[in-house]
Amino acid sequence: MTAPATTIEVRKPGLSTTIQDGGRSGYYHLGIPPSGALDQYSLAAANALVGNGADDAVLEIVYMGPELRFTGPAVVAVTGAEIAPRVNGESRPLWESFAVAEGDVLDFDYLKAGSRAYLAVSGGFDTRVDLGSRSTYVIGSLGGVDGRPIAEGDVLPVGTGAAGRAGLVVPDGLRPAMSKDVEVRVVMGLYDHRLTDRGRATFLDTTWTLTPVADRMGFRYAGGELETVDREPPFGAGQDPSNIVDSPYPIGSIQVPGGVEPIVLHRDAVSGGGYMMVATVLSGDLDIVAQSAPRTRTRFVEVDLETALQLRAERKDRIARMYAALSD
Amino acid sequence: MPRHEVVSPIPGVFYRRPDPDSPPFAEDGASVTDDSPVGLVEVMKSFHQIPAGASGTVVEFLVGDEDEVDAGQPVAVVETA
Repeated sequence: MTAPATTIEVRKPGLSTTIQDGGRSGYYHLGIPPSGALDQYSLAAANALVGNGADDAVLEIVYMGPELRFTGPAVVAVTGAEIAPRVNGESRPLWESFAVAEGDVLDFDYLKAGSRAYLAVSGGFDTRVDLGSRSTYVIGSLGGVDGRPIAEGDVLPVGTGAAGRAGLVVPDGLRPAMSKDVEVRVVMGLYDHRLTDRGRATFLDTTWTLTPVADRMGFRYAGGELETVDREPPFGAGQDPSNIVDSPYPIGSIQVPGGVEPIVLHRDAVSGGGYMMVATVLSGDLDIVAQSAPRTRTRFVEVDLETALQLRAERKDRIARMYAALSD
Repeated sequence: MPRHEVVSPIPGVFYRRPDPDSPPFAEDGASVTDDSPVGLVEVMKSFHQIPAGASGTVVEFLVGDEDEVDAGQPVAVVETA
């Protein structure tokens, strides 16, 4: 006889807690965005701590944590935002794996820094797979629990087969800093030719402030107005100087409707539209955007494509080193 | 008199009224109980009520209507009996 598989009962859902994994790649050209954990590094770290694959399904917790009850033993870990987990009211560390027993209740303290925390459980969340991913895409009702955030009374199944170990720790040097002052690296383009030299300088020299309009689709910033080049609108583009003939939007692209309030598109973004994209955030730095709370002061820092590719390789290496550090 | 700080658990925009045409949840000097709302915080297009968290008298609001608040920021003070 084997013990029945552990499940997790949702007693309180938190603000908007969703099942997310490495993402639903390959359908963006059909209008279905990749979704997945907004902070992919913290996703990998949470999974590494509990012995899962880097892209396995976890709970993404934003701003306010859920209250969960375990029906059996499990090894869990929380990474990302500073929002301390508690087992039966007793504090547990972030970035470390710990054991929970049958009947234990896991909840969370207030958010101290960052925005999104990732709760991984050994074996992963075994919820439904749509188009190759368990990630919740609420607008499309894909993945997750019936395509929506978790709700009170849900019972989340836990997969079997991974052997988690309590007491593993992500070393300090491999934990990202959570700050209210951040730099986000970008490659300029594809529509930065719509900006004057002054408009370009304003984009890169302004300390932008993240507004409360920040969710899985996009993050809107305030702080300046970008000067655009005068033109006759081409056929198919609207009259506003920020309008372009409709074009695909890359994940991480920064569109600037009206030349004010840049929006960084994130992993639940719409796949195309008619606003100029002046730059694109490096895929690794989308983790920094994901952890930005409203009022975070943000500078966009230009790098060239060669540097961006090098930084991507370094990030991949960092995740590999983290896995190595946790699997001795 | 002990003073209890009412804290917003989430970041967002703080509102004193349930909707623009209604009176505030609580005026200065109002009596509140543990679960009486003192305001709303809006973030990601959802509204989250902030309960007083203690019984007593609202003596002061620390932030204005429609001010942006951080997670963990005190928004009001309740004097408990």
